[in-house]
Amino acid sequence: MSKEILLGDEAIGLGAIHAGISGVYGYPGTPSTEIFEFIERRTKKKGDVHAFWSTNEKVAYEEALGMSWAGKRVLVCMKHVGLNVAADAFMNSALTGTNGGLVLAVADDPGMHSSQNEQDSRYFAQFALIPCFEPRNQQESYDMMLEAFEMSEELAIPVMVRLITRIAHSRSAVTTQSAHPQNPLNPTKEIKRWTLLPSNARVQYAHLTDKQPELLKRAENSIHNELELRGKRGVISCGLSENYLRENLDEDHDLSILSIRQYPMPAEKIRTLVEHVDELLILEDGYPLVENTVRGLFGLIGTEVKGRMTGDLPRTGELNPDLVREALGLPKLETAHSHTGDIALRPPALCKGCPHTDSFKALNEALNTFEDPQVFSDIGCYTLAALPPLEAIHSCVAMGASIGMAAGAAHAGYSPAVAAIGDSTFSHGGITPMLSAVQQEVNLNVLILDNDTVAMTGTQRSMSTGRALDDIVHGTGIDPEHVRIIVPLPKNHDENVKIMREELAHEGPSVIIARRTCIEAIKGH
Amino acid sequence: MQKNIILAGVGGQGILSVAYVFDNAALDAGFFFKQAEVHGMAQRGGAVQSNLRYSDVEIHSDVIPEGRCDMVLAVEPLEVMRYWHYLKPDGWVVTSITPYVNIPDYPEIDTLLADLAAFPHMVMVDTGHLARAAGNLRSQNMVTVGAASNLLEFTEEQLLKHVEGLFARKGEKVVAVNRKAFLYGRAAGAFFRALVDGGLDAVKAVKLCSKIKPETMAVALAPAWVERLRNDEALLDTILESGSDVSAES
Ligand SMILES: Cc1ncc(C[n+]2csc(CCOP(=O)(O)OP(=O)(O)O)c2C)c(N)n1
Ligand code: SF4
Repeated sequence: MSKEILLGDEAIGLGAIHAGISGVYGYPGTPSTEIFEFIERRTKKKGDVHAFWSTNEKVAYEEALGMSWAGKRVLVCMKHVGLNVAADAFMNSALTGTNGGLVLAVADDPGMHSSQNEQDSRYFAQFALIPCFEPRNQQESYDMMLEAFEMSEELAIPVMVRLITRIAHSRSAVTTQSAHPQNPLNPTKEIKRWTLLPSNARVQYAHLTDKQPELLKRAENSIHNELELRGKRGVISCGLSENYLRENLDEDHDLSILSIRQYPMPAEKIRTLVEHVDELLILEDGYPLVENTVRGLFGLIGTEVKGRMTGDLPRTGELNPDLVREALGLPKLETAHSHTGDIALRPPALCKGCPHTDSFKALNEALNTFEDPQVFSDIGCYTLAALPPLEAIHSCVAMGASIGMAAGAAHAGYSPAVAAIGDSTFSHGGITPMLSAVQQEVNLNVLILDNDTVAMTGTQRSMSTGRALDDIVHGTGIDPEHVRIIVPLPKNHDENVKIMREELAHEGPSVIIARRTCIEAIKGH
Repeated sequence: MQKNIILAGVGGQGILSVAYVFDNAALDAGFFFKQAEVHGMAQRGGAVQSNLRYSDVEIHSDVIPEGRCDMVLAVEPLEVMRYWHYLKPDGWVVTSITPYVNIPDYPEIDTLLADLAAFPHMVMVDTGHLARAAGNLRSQNMVTVGAASNLLEFTEEQLLKHVEGLFARKGEKVVAVNRKAFLYGRAAGAFFRALVDGGLDAVKAVKLCSKIKPETMAVALAPAWVERLRNDEALLDTILESGSDVSAES
């Protein structure tokens, strides 16, 4: 046993290493990135854990499933919206089941600190009919990994561990145990289970539904779902929100409390609590999943259920101890200073000397002959070009969406249809819409901002940069004359504007690759 | 005992290094601790903070409730304002007065300093001046660690051990600079308080500190300075206008 200071993400990573994983897969995304990075760092010397970023979350999930198929334990990690991308493989893996233990660590971002939405992955676990753990602190993040791998192997089912930003990016001391050895190579012999032809899939789906009573039983008896009956006011807290509750309570409080950290929801424990209390407050970060389930369509007879749906807590955003305090009806604490209004905001911005700045300055000028031109864009550092002073892009929806949306707008008659996308985003989700656009000969202009790295999430290795990127673009079948490469530097500004104008004038698909390495990536190497 | 500190600054200023020193000192001292931080988009030059809590009993929330914060420790003066409503009634602010201007509407610095100076439990240090004297402007974060250290449960050795540990990878020279930055911050924080406790106006006190050679700052010398400035109203302006720094002993 030893003690280490770890982020919640790192505790997940170390838990997985000590559970005996042979591989970790993922695609970067705040707040999940540090899980993978920790494992990569920690196992590099020994080299006994495969750790290489995948092109996107779907690929990561499938690679992980393959490793499980081969009998080894594997962790796959991503941010919440990444699970949308991996959803096809994820949902079906609940039917195939696992061979070696497979754990999916997914990090949600309530409050949208660095995300486009605050979707709640617990719904995905429920949707796929798989168990889900929700740690409330760093120690539990570590401990639950061992448990999750055991359960995955024992019940042959993928297991989700759901984190939120607040635990992913918070540090504390964690007591660790000795490592479990890795599994030997032992590919599955059950071919039908992995071949989801309708006839097999029906059997597998029945197996999955048959597992549900066992999953429920385990959740009912879990040490992670603690019920303590006291007075007639009740609280259900999910995961980390229990900390906000305890922060506001003395030892001798008179609330009856159920803490939930393992799903499916422990129905019996909830029933016992509901029958004991007159009033029930439900605390959960993310969507009101437990709250809506407990209330049902028509509410409970005899028990008032309060939470995000009743205005006792905000419907959206991250919880905190102050919001919980208010919902408990406790008075505000006294402070030394009141809130200072109107403090100048300090939004994030592109670094000084960033190649994206030069690309967008050129694009802004090239487009200034059009009336109110709108540029479809994507997700990465370059999304900051939406803010002043550049204000060069006008959409950001989902990784790769810029190209598909530009194509759709072009089909509708919009011109010029311009998409601006980063190199990593291009490999993640841009290649398929690009192929589609070229094959359909859509009149669109794609600006690929090749800064040689995945900058936004901390300069990870990009899969399609430089030569590889050029080859992929040419491989779509595009006319090579309309693939142009520019170097976004202030001294090339006029030349770059000219090239952009030429391609804007071209009827049909064109690609401009703006190639210059990210400043942060240069510093880091 | 429980201490709750909000570390505040701008992405890139090294808030997480400040947290590293305190986290490790807290672990060594056998305290429970939790420290929540900001990663991701805001790190690109945006406002960043970290909530650091240590205690001799278990800590629940990773974030500090309003009214339970013991200290706002800021590497940048404007950033104090975003968080000081979290301070408990007897809470403290320890802040750099060196502005980090990366926005067009940054407030007028003298107004800002006057607003901060009006808060009684205040420690102000000129991190720019002190870090430069230590040998590298980037060590401003360690200056603030030093300035705060006078108000915390750790000894100089306990903190210095982790200042050294943090920079060991970067070589002896960087370690030496950051050690110095810490010690200058520690001395400047104490000297500033001694001036203010002796009756000197906080803005004047920090302006004076900005012109004093950091290696000469000592609490014992503060009363004499308060006395001299009281007797000679023009003295501070003369010092501020002079090109070179003065010794605290002079
Ligand atoms: C489905 C999904 N996965 C991951 C992310 C997190 N994410 C946002 S931007 C980005 C990388 C962008 O890299 P690149 O396109 O090369 O742009 P750069 O930041 O280098 O400018 C990632 C991984 C996300 N928002 N959505
Ligand atoms: S990290 Fe790189 S890509 Fe991102 S803003 Fe800075 S220089 Fe530009």
